[in-house]
Amino acid sequence: MLRTRLLELRQGVLSKNDQIAERLRERFNSEGVLTLNFVSAPGSGKTMLLERVLEMLIRAGHRVAVLAGDLETDNDAQRLARTGALVRQIQTHGACHLEAEWVQQHLNEARWDLSDIEFLFIENVGNLVCPSSYDLGEALRVVLLSVTEGEDKPLKYPVLFNSADVAVITKIDLAEAVECDLALMKRNIHAVRPEMRIFETSAKRNIGIQPFVAFLIEERKQRFTFC
Amino acid sequence: MHELSIAQSLVEAVSEAALRAGAQRVTAVHLRLGVLAGVVKEALLFSYDVATQGTLLEGSTLHIEEVPLVIVCDACGARSTIPINRGFACPSCGALHTRIVQGKELEIASVEIEVPEEVSDVENTLA
Repeated sequence: MLRTRLLELRQGVLSKNDQIAERLRERFNSEGVLTLNFVSAPGSGKTMLLERVLEMLIRAGHRVAVLAGDLETDNDAQRLARTGALVRQIQTHGACHLEAEWVQQHLNEARWDLSDIEFLFIENVGNLVCPSSYDLGEALRVVLLSVTEGEDKPLKYPVLFNSADVAVITKIDLAEAVECDLALMKRNIHAVRPEMRIFETSAKRNIGIQPFVAFLIEERKQRFTFC
Repeated sequence: MHELSIAQSLVEAVSEAALRAGAQRVTAVHLRLGVLAGVVKEALLFSYDVATQGTLLEGSTLHIEEVPLVIVCDACGARSTIPINRGFACPSCGALHTRIVQGKELEIASVEIEVPEEVSDVENTLA
């Protein structure tokens, strides 16, 4: 005989992902790795911004690594590897986001010595919806927004913008041509995430990269004074 | 569209808890879904039917309780239910500094399971 029972759970649907992410975060913290999760729409310029940032960090003698998420190709990973950074591709085969388990798996397979890495960049899949639900163990979530996407993007995708810690406006060299109102764009970012730090950059013209890199170095220094 | 991934995680979590409780079948799942969780209700319901096939949850019903977005203002203390697409400023005083206290939930509240008569209540409440 069977009888029906009600089982109280009160458990997060993604609790398994969150547990793995928390373990990753502890590992990054104990090894002194500042991990950044880059999220944005497709084509907002994640890869090119990363190229400039990696070049600058490497020139300054920092040790950097990248996990590059991509649906099918390894184009991004190849571009990033040319900077001299450690790069590993995470091909998602159609999945629209990265999960903590895949980050863990790829880190293990890459056999990188984390104690020898100062900055780990995770380039998420280009998507403004799905990556917001998945904690990857990052210290900071960086959301990119290009001037060509429209000022109201933060209001249209409040979940992702609200979950981010830092915003980078990209392609500012095109702002005038596409008549982007930068002040309005920044107001909209702050409407969903008050006081979020905003950087204005153009990777193509090498504008605003240095302040962003300086910010990353300072963030790491403040978190890992022992290193 | 990551609702299929969400549905698979949901099935995995519910299956583990149900098995621990000695369930032979899951008949219903009650989910609390915040409007700011980034999950589309209809897509999740559709994905649920696919993800539950061949599992303990096959044929069960997913009940979704939608949780509205509620903020509390740091400046004036007002508690407000607001729409998600106009920013998170306080509707009472206009201050930008507000805290989201509700609306991000993606939580399994409870599940209805079928257990054999002999399984004790103690085991059922383990989860």
